[in-house]
Amino acid sequence: MSKKDRAAKSPAPQGAAWVNLLYVVVSVAVVMLLWHIVSSPGMKSAKVFASPAAVLKAFAAKVRTGKIWEHLGYSVGRVLTGFSLAFVAALPVSFLMGWYEPFRRFFQPWISFLKCIPPLAFIPLVIVGAGVGESAKVIVIFIAAFLVMVITIYGGVVNVDNTLIKAARVLDSNDRTIFFKVVVPASTPYIFTAVRLGLSSSLTTLIAAELTGAQVGLGQMIQEASNYFNMDVVLMGIILIGLVGITFEKIVTFFERRLTAWQEIRQK
Amino acid sequence: MARDPAEMSAKKVVLHGVKKIYQGASGDVVALNGVDLEIRNNEFVCVVGPSGCGKSTLLNILAGLDRQTEGEVLVDGKPVDGPSGERGVVFQQYALFPWLTVRKNIAFGLHNKKLPQQEIDRLVEKYVRMVALEDFLDSYPKELSGGMKQRVALARAYAMDPSLLLMDEPFGALDAQTRAQLQADLLELWEKENKTCFFITHDVEEAVLLAQRVVIMSARPGRINKIVDIDIPYPRTQETRLTGRFTELKNDIWATVYSEYLEERK
Ligand SMILES: Nc1ncnc2c1ncn2[C@@H]1O[C@H](COP(=O)(O)OP(=O)(O)O)[C@@H](O)[C@H]1O
Ligand SMILES: [Mg+2]
Repeated sequence: MSKKDRAAKSPAPQGAAWVNLLYVVVSVAVVMLLWHIVSSPGMKSAKVFASPAAVLKAFAAKVRTGKIWEHLGYSVGRVLTGFSLAFVAALPVSFLMGWYEPFRRFFQPWISFLKCIPPLAFIPLVIVGAGVGESAKVIVIFIAAFLVMVITIYGGVVNVDNTLIKAARVLDSNDRTIFFKVVVPASTPYIFTAVRLGLSSSLTTLIAAELTGAQVGLGQMIQEASNYFNMDVVLMGIILIGLVGITFEKIVTFFERRLTAWQEIRQK
Repeated sequence: MARDPAEMSAKKVVLHGVKKIYQGASGDVVALNGVDLEIRNNEFVCVVGPSGCGKSTLLNILAGLDRQTEGEVLVDGKPVDGPSGERGVVFQQYALFPWLTVRKNIAFGLHNKKLPQQEIDRLVEKYVRMVALEDFLDSYPKELSGGMKQRVALARAYAMDPSLLLMDEPFGALDAQTRAQLQADLLELWEKENKTCFFITHDVEEAVLLAQRVVIMSARPGRINKIVDIDIPYPRTQETRLTGRFTELKNDIWATVYSEYLEERK
């Protein structure tokens, strides 16, 4: 038998590291320049955009008092708690929905119904039920992340290539083997997509919840600053939220690269 | 080739009055209507026929992945009841597990058999060598060409040591050279390890090259039109294609298949 037909290795999707770095540097530099322009004293937009220097100063001030870590810590802590609980609940529910017909039929209408409702609409109910403390915020995040993750993972489970399941069956696999050795790994890419969506909807929901009332947190910091027209603090808060989001994204990508490198098309 | 005549005459597969009706949204589809066929032990049978004539349906029923609506399906004298490693399947779309390396793909069914790890390793090595992919044991399917993927699929099916091998247009997606190579590989494997082969193809030439008998099916509803004995001795090679008898049989079968096709278009 010949070994002639070597596999065609596709070229790396991204260029060299220095090219990537160059793109980041250029893109950040351009936006900083724009920011500098719109925030310069003569501009009308300066009312909205505090200058980079002012924002940095506001940040330094909050770092000095240690207040910023408290806001950041509370917000990230709430997001991670709500998200983690949602993830742990979404996994079995979505897999059971994909695997067991009765389970799917029971849950599907409710998922479709709930997914149209913005999680913030539940806040009055949650506050009556759980007060205004930490658990209320975690519950709202849980609702938001749970729904989006169930829908995404379930989509993956039902889309598992039927030929692979057939292939496993003719290789003497029982249902348990098919579930754990075919359905679960085949759904892994969807689980990562779900985690991404879950984290981002957790973060956006939390900030919105904090804006409507909290003692501490990035959203609360922004809300309070806006009451005093401290636009430098508002802008700083917004930037911090963005950075938290990017950090989550990077962490997910790190694990995704390791666990789904086998995929034909690899996401960047 | 030395084949035990007693074993040759034993019936591996018996299909009797097999009918399959699919309940579709736009009414019932009669995919198979009264298929009768007997396949001897270690026989190589190819099935040709227009697309939609029920070839895959028949294979799925034999594999136990689907169930006939009516009729009898016996393998080794026993009715087929669900899939089994005794009946290996090679799919056109390779159906390798993309998250497993070549080694683990081939070992997949062996683990289900609860074989000791040492034995699994031995079988994987044996069959990966048989398809000449020992340098790719730790590669993932995405790193392999179509021909290599299908060789892994063949090794995976062979490693289970099935007595019946069911193949559904396994080389249909490959280019001509790769296909010729895999046909040679398959013939070599078949002559080395006796197995009964049920091989679906839309390529009449492929059918004549491989099979002892070619089953021609016709569509709407699916049934067997004609069975042609291929009286060309083995071992068959690519040179076999150049012989007069080969051309004669090929043209004969092709004429039948084509008239089926015209019939269907009317
Ligand atoms: N799961 C199914 N549900 C409904 N109809 C089907 C199904 N599978 C096959 N068919 C129909 O049965 C007929 C035979 O299909 P198939 O066995 O795939 O043909 P072939 O493999 O010869 O091309 C076709 O008309 C096809 O549309
Ligand atoms: Mg088919």
